[in-house]
Amino acid sequence: MDSQPLDFEKPILELQRRLQDLKNHSNEHELDFDSEVEAMENKIRETRREIYEHLTAWQRVQLARHIQRPFALDYIARCFTEWVELHGDRVFGDDKAMPSGLAKLGSHRCVVITHQKGRDTKENVKRNFGCAHPEGYRKALRLMRLAEKFGMPVISLIDTPGAFPGIGSEERHISEAIAVNLREMMNLRVPSIAVVIGEGGSGGALGIGVADRVLILENAYYSVISPEACSAILWKDRRHAPEAAEALKLTAQDLIGLGVVDEIVPEPEGGAHRDHDLATANLGTALRQNLERLIAQPIGELMQKRYEKFRKLGKFTEGDIAPEGAPLQETIHSREQTSDKSA
Amino acid sequence: MAIFKRPALKTQSRKKREMPQGLWQKCPGCSEVVHEIELAQNQRVCPRCDYHFAQSAKERIENLLDPESFVERDADLRSVDTLQFQGMATYKDRLLKYQNLTGLTDAVLSGHGMIEGYKVAIAVMDFSFLAATMGSVVGERITRTIEYGTANRCAIVIVSASGGARMYEGMLSLMQMAKTSGALARHACERLPYISVLTNPTTAGVMASFASLGDVIIAEPKSMIGFAGPRVIKETTHQDLPEGFQTAEFLEEHGLIDAIVHRKKMRAQISQFLSYFSSTS
Repeated sequence: MDSQPLDFEKPILELQRRLQDLKNHSNEHELDFDSEVEAMENKIRETRREIYEHLTAWQRVQLARHIQRPFALDYIARCFTEWVELHGDRVFGDDKAMPSGLAKLGSHRCVVITHQKGRDTKENVKRNFGCAHPEGYRKALRLMRLAEKFGMPVISLIDTPGAFPGIGSEERHISEAIAVNLREMMNLRVPSIAVVIGEGGSGGALGIGVADRVLILENAYYSVISPEACSAILWKDRRHAPEAAEALKLTAQDLIGLGVVDEIVPEPEGGAHRDHDLATANLGTALRQNLERLIAQPIGELMQKRYEKFRKLGKFTEGDIAPEGAPLQETIHSREQTSDKSA
Repeated sequence: MAIFKRPALKTQSRKKREMPQGLWQKCPGCSEVVHEIELAQNQRVCPRCDYHFAQSAKERIENLLDPESFVERDADLRSVDTLQFQGMATYKDRLLKYQNLTGLTDAVLSGHGMIEGYKVAIAVMDFSFLAATMGSVVGERITRTIEYGTANRCAIVIVSASGGARMYEGMLSLMQMAKTSGALARHACERLPYISVLTNPTTAGVMASFASLGDVIIAEPKSMIGFAGPRVIKETTHQDLPEGFQTAEFLEEHGLIDAIVHRKKMRAQISQFLSYFSSTS
């Protein structure tokens, strides 16, 4: 077990400590405890499975925020080759919360746009905790144009608590920067894949998240508001964040159900931070498979499907309305159009 | 023990003069008391200081469009509690409460009509309904308004006011940002005009999608417009916010807004824009 266990992992930690005691005892006194050791190891395996298979939404949020989790640049280093970072939006500055540039995925030239968090204070000051300013989104747009010009697919790696709420952000119109990206990504004339690798924080995540395929890592989350902020608004108290996380339906599984994401990328047991090699290999495989499928399709068709995918999101009733007070759900209309089973 | 007992200070309970509710309003701009009839006759603008009071979507449509020209569309769409949200109050209860309170079915009225002879697809948000947050119904009505504009080759006017995304609908509400912006992309490809009108307040998810995408963006005076709330910014940055931060005037100064337009001149101004942008034939 690593040095930074989460609260809900404590039972595993306790069992591992007892196993170690047992082994030490066995060595010291040259006694045969093999069957006990084996039983203990089984118990640890079972406890782990029990815990990791039944993670609550809030526990997943904690995994998604784990400081040892692979960040965007870790994926770039392991899934891609020939990475060249391109700096700046050519208007105001370079947003270090969004390192972006050119990279090769196998033999495919790509434009990669990311959010990057830091592991220590110094790095976090540089990366602004993964919270981008308007410059970041405008740099992303500049690189998308570059991708369009040279016929390269665009891959976004999303990992942000949200766009930065600051004075400079507002003065330089963070909302406009995000809005323009939403519109332009819908019309992008190259294939695109977006992956939520950790935190998918609201508009800041969506600002690079409109794509032909939207993937999410098993323990990542994607939410309209942080569980803490939601709790503060609905319960007038931040301590209800676990309930808020549950209610917001922000886990990968929930989002597949809502049609917001297309595919879940599996993580190593216990979370991506436990095995960077396996986590990055999984993402690499998913990216290559999706990219191959996308580039095999004519761009006009992709753009049409992309539009329809986002167009049909939303749940409401329409037509004959049940009388006031009657349950609304009975006439749910989910705009499920002719399903395009491109997957 | 004190020798002298301090006399208990009591504020004299001067009897407050009871005002019949709803007849008089204190103007937040000049603190003068304005009569309701006066406000109603003046498009809810203070006759003394020009403060723009909140206006209902219905009133706005009456003032903006040619008389009798408005045709409402998609009025039968209703929000549903897909996430079964359980907070202090359920989403369903809130919807019912605001439907009864406002007489609206959701936070936007949409359809088409004429402005000085120009056909427009129009959507007007109403802040009095759940802070005009954008859920599936708001997103769908706006998107259909835009698509109507594209299909009928007419201009779009969207009058925005919003507290942002509708948390109760989780990610489906966030996705309305992509949906509406995507529809605008198609409208723009057809070289059709879109006039975005910002009113007090327009923030967060709505500001970070269709409200920011107008060919021209105009705002009512002193409207609060921004992405994050001022309290959040203050808590995050521990900085004092500049004078007039996040007002329409501030945003005009910083280059986002094309013009600040007085409510009583709004119809004429939109019509002038349409005359510039619509003369294609």
